[in-house]
Formats: sequence, C-alpha cells, structure tokens
Amino acid sequence: MNTIIELAYLVAAVCFILGLKQLSSPKGARNGNRIAAVGMVIALVATLPLLHFTTAGVIIIAIGVVIGGAVGSIGARMVKMTAIPQMVALFNGVGGGAAALVAVAELLRFGQHPAFAEAFPSVFSIVIGSVSFAGSMVAFAKLQELMTGKPITYPGQQVVNGILAAAILGFVIAVLAVASIPFSFVSLMVLALVLGVAFVLPIGGADMPVVISLLNAFTGLAVAASGFTLNNFALIVAGTLVGASGSILTKLMSDAMGRSLGNVLFGAFGQTHAGTAAVAGKEGRSVRSGSAEDIGTLLAYSQRVIIVPGYGLAVAQAQHAARELAEVLEKRGVEVTYAIHPVAGRMPGHMNVLLAEANVPYEQLKEMDEVNDEFKNADVALIVGANDVVNPSARNAPGSPIFGMPILNADQAKNIVFMKRSMRPGFAGIDNDLMYDPKTLMFFGDAKDSLTKLVSAVKAA
Amino acid sequence: MSNELLNELTFFVLSIFVGIEVISKVPTILHTPLMSGTNAIHGIILVGAIVIASNATSPLNIVIGLVAVTLATTNVVGGFVVTDRMLEMFKGRQAQKTASAKESTPAK
Repeated sequence: MNTIIELAYLVAAVCFILGLKQLSSPKGARNGNRIAAVGMVIALVATLPLLHFTTAGVIIIAIGVVIGGAVGSIGARMVKMTAIPQMVALFNGVGGGAAALVAVAELLRFGQHPAFAEAFPSVFSIVIGSVSFAGSMVAFAKLQELMTGKPITYPGQQVVNGILAAAILGFVIAVLAVASIPFSFVSLMVLALVLGVAFVLPIGGADMPVVISLLNAFTGLAVAASGFTLNNFALIVAGTLVGASGSILTKLMSDAMGRSLGNVLFGAFGQTHAGTAAVAGKEGRSVRSGSAEDIGTLLAYSQRVIIVPGYGLAVAQAQHAARELAEVLEKRGVEVTYAIHPVAGRMPGHMNVLLAEANVPYEQLKEMDEVNDEFKNADVALIVGANDVVNPSARNAPGSPIFGMPILNADQAKNIVFMKRSMRPGFAGIDNDLMYDPKTLMFFGDAKDSLTKLVSAVKAA
Repeated sequence: MSNELLNELTFFVLSIFVGIEVISKVPTILHTPLMSGTNAIHGIILVGAIVIASNATSPLNIVIGLVAVTLATTNVVGGFVVTDRMLEMFKGRQAQKTASAKESTPAK
C-alpha cells in the first residue's frame, strides 16, 4: 500500500522539478506552472487512501478546502497586476501559518517527552512558520499601504529583537530538552509571531520584495520540517526545493540592488538616515519643465528613444498609453526600446509582467546590461514613473542609501524627459540629481494623461 | 539514527542541490512568476494539513485542523492561479498580434 503512495510522491516531486525547470523560458513557463499544479494534485490524491478519517475530520477538511479555494482563486483573479507582490506575500504567509499549525498538531500528538528527531523539526517548523506568517502580513500591510512603507525604527530595537530571539531559543531548549510542557508551544508561537513583526518593521517598502523572497524560502523550510515530523517524503522534497530556490532568488534580488542581504535586512539602522539628511540639503535648485508640444516634437524627430518605465507607470495604469506612444513613434521610423531595470516595479521581473499585460512585444524589452551602452546613442531617454533606478547618486554619493545599486545610464542620453507626478522623491525616499541635470526636461502630471498628451503631440508634429 | 530518518535526510540534502541547480538558470524577467510559482509549490503543506485534520476528534485539534487546511488551500489555489495569470501575459510576437486583433475587433 505504502509503495504506491511513495511512487506517487516521487512522480509529484519530478513534476515540481520539471515545472521549476520549465519556468526558465518565457515560452515554457506557463506549462511549467501547470506541470507543478499536476504534481500537487497527484500528491494530494495519493495521500487520501492512507488516512483514517473521523467524521469531524471529513467535515473540517471539506469546509477548509471550500473556503481556502474560494479565497485563493477569487483573490488571485481579482488582484491587479500592480498588487502582485503583496498578494504573493499574503499567499506565502498563510502557507507559513499552515506549516506552523501542522507542527503544533503533531507536537500535541507526541505528548510528553517526544523523541528529539520528532520534536526538533516540529519546533523548528513552529518558529520559522510563525515568523514567516507574521513577517509576510507586515510586508503585505506595507505594500498595500495599510501602514507606512518607511522603515519603523526606535532606539534599542536591535537589542529588543536580540532578546526576542534569545527567548525563543530558550523556549526551544525547554521544549526539546527539559520537558514537553503542554501548551508551551503557545508561548513559542506568540514569541515567534512577535519576532516576525519586529523583523520586518525596520525594513523599508522598497526592500520588501527581498524580504518576501526570504520569507518564501523560510516557509519552504518550515514545510520541509513539517515533512520530517510527519515522515512525509512529498513535504520534505517540495519544501526543500522551495527553501533552496527561494534562497537563491533572494540573493539574486539583493545583488540586483547592489547590496548584501545583511544590508537590506539591517540597513535601516544608522547610515540610511545620514544619507537622507545629506541629500535633502540640496533642495531649492531649479529644474526645467517642458510642454507636451515641446516634448512631442523632440520625440517625433528623434532616431532612437529608450523608454524607462517604473512603478509610477504601473500605478497610473499607463502601460497601454506607453505602448501606443511607442507605436506612433515607430510608425514615424523612430526606434523604440524599453529599458528594464532588474528591480523596476516592485519585484525583479514585475515590470515585464506589467508591460506584457499591455501587449508590448518582449523583443522590445531590454535588460539593463543589454541596454546600458545604448543610452549614449539614444536621442531621448523617456523616464516614465521611474526614479531610483536612474538616480546617479547610486554611482557617486557614497552616503546615499542606494549607493552601489546598478542603475540605468539614462543620464548619458542626449536628452532626458522625466515624467513625474511631482518633485516628490521616489520609493526609497531620496532626491534625484538627474531632475536637475541641464539636459533634463521635466513633464509633470499623471503618467497616463501625460502619455496620452504626448501621443497627440507626436501625431501633430 | 533510524533508517527512515537517514532516507529523509538524503532526500533533504539532494533536494537542496536540485533546487539550487534548477533555479540558478532562470532569467531575470521570470523572477516574479518564479517566486510566485515556488510559493504555490510550498502549498504542498496542504498534504500535511489534511493528514493532521483527517483524524481530529478533540475541539483543539478540530480548530487547528480547520485553520491549517483553510490556510494551506488558500496558498495552493491562490499561488497557482496568480502564477498562471502572470504567465498568460508572456506571449510571442505572433500570438500577440492575433490576441490584440481579437481584442480590438469588438471594440470598433
């Protein structure tokens, strides 16, 4: 009996690995996701015959699947593409919560003095799963702007977090070595939840994707640990795959921002404030702004235009307007490409998703390394709702919080058109020298309105 | 160390290497869908949630089981659906022309 289940789990594991592999090309990616989903169904179906259901068990599973299925599918279908990062955070958090609860149930079943090999993964899963749950919820709240996206810091914060971590460690030892005190897991869970919140609070909104990716890896590990507790091969393999891939992705993301993971997680302490203060002192310089007609003419008589899209374009739902402008320009023989910074939008690859939604051919989307040398040959760099990814202070202001982040060389273009709602600084909260560059024309307004105006201006030119 | 635990450790270690190897080849543009896809895969915890919920009798176990199954199902279903929505948008030039042609016809 068990052999068939184990074989089914093996098939499911192969599906997950093949699915992940297929995700490596835009053409196969959708298939890859489906293969993984098939693996999931196989693993679920294979598990059922093994179980001895109680009536209550059947009822709660049915209710849980119906509610969870409805929330998951409705949430996933209704969410706007701009809100994807917080949705991923939410789905990740509930997974972490589920992993912690599974471990709690197992720990209760083991009773007093469980064997170390059983108790250790349970306790690990409870702690990591709870941290992931609470941290993801804070990340969600920050990105959804239910709370401020700015880092929340207070004096002695690191000491408090250190004490929290030490208290958790103490409890873990108590549970593992001394005795399995009934309900000791409640204190453990509460402490881990508080740590999850305290861990994410001091991290700014711009760094949230890295945090979500890290918490995604955490959930994977918590799931793998629950797999050890339940002696379930499918949980171990799938959870570990996610733990490993999530860790790599987290590293790739912080690399794209030119920072170490440690700097992303703990950077809010100290240097950031000094940097912000230094940059803020440059207020009061003059900028040039242009009319739609000026800029339309400039664009219409250019040979090469590089569009630099940012999150502002996405929130204004201006992807379609951008594509329309590109098409009008292409009809006049202007060569148009999009320069995509690795962290444009809210996550690596987020901007590609948003532009693909507007039917922009992905041949026109150029990654940073590919496009950076082309800026010096470009007549116009059209910056739409981006800011930090073209901020030269990443190159030349060591005090800046984004110093060292690779940026797009928009400042090397012959002309720069900076479309922005206002002079307000970007997501990282820092001023941008590029706005004061003599080659720069500012064009204020909502990205969508402005692009539509430019389309008519180009047509008239 | 029991044989079973040893087997589990083997799977665990090998899975780490497979996970790293498979992921390091994914291009940047697919990182968001990838994160979302891996997010769906750790929804496998639903298997665990169903296992612990299946034989629940005490009120405490019933509550834990119900919440765990609900959260895990949300993770699985939401994860796969949202990933599919994202990937649906990556089309080649050819596919796009037909798609946009279809979209624009009823509008005019």
